[in-house]
Amino acid sequence: MECKYQLKDGCMRIAMPKEVDHHCAEQLRKEADLLIGAYHIRRLVFDFAETEFMDSSGIGVVIGRCKNMGYGGGEVLAEHLNERIQKIFIVSGLHKMIRVMPKEAEDDPN
Amino acid sequence: MKNEMQTVFDAKSVNESFARVTIAAFLTQLDPTLDEIADVKTAVSEAVTNAIIHGYESQEGKVYLSCILEGNKAVITVEDKGVGMADIQKAMEPFYTTKPELERSGMGFAFMEAFMDEIQVESEVGTGTKVILTKKIGVREEENQDGCSNSSH
Repeated sequence: MECKYQLKDGCMRIAMPKEVDHHCAEQLRKEADLLIGAYHIRRLVFDFAETEFMDSSGIGVVIGRCKNMGYGGGEVLAEHLNERIQKIFIVSGLHKMIRVMPKEAEDDPN
Repeated sequence: MKNEMQTVFDAKSVNESFARVTIAAFLTQLDPTLDEIADVKTAVSEAVTNAIIHGYESQEGKVYLSCILEGNKAVITVEDKGVGMADIQKAMEPFYTTKPELERSGMGFAFMEAFMDEIQVESEVGTGTKVILTKKIGVREEENQDGCSNSSH
């Protein structure tokens, strides 16, 4: 599994895998929840830079983590969405639930 | 010209990507756009995932994937011999899921509807479920006509 987790100053960044489907969803949510439970995370960032495919199983993973973060009052973001993933976000309404970083801001060096 | 393919595979989640790639490969002969391929892959992924999680409830079984190409139309069938559904309409409601504990978003059928032209579901409790997905491929010209004909005047 090529999914990676990066923790820094209360922010966890999840590098989402190339294909986010039911097959990888289970491991993804287990690992993410383990880290969310173990560390005090105020900000969760789903990084879709490497993601080429996502179906509704991926939506479930993101919404599930939103709920987990919500209980602790954290913030959830998504970034580096390609056109396809954007479409998936819009069809599912996910873009209304979590903040999606606009393309222009992606080169912002912070 | 008609062209047909069939494939049978175990109801294992690792085969979800196999199903997507298989259908995409078969469709290339219709010269689809990348968007069309992605739409079909998403819809097939949803149907196959449903067969595995709901049809077979993550137990052993076979998933039957077939595709018939006729002209520029692709008719894809995803079938399982699993538990079946009592209320198809209920199952197709957005956000409805029988497995919230697995974090199913309940969006599977909504995605299939959004990304395909037509969807037909047949199911019987104890017998299985058959999902028939239809989409016209290579409709670029038609899209342009629809999108531009009014705005150009």
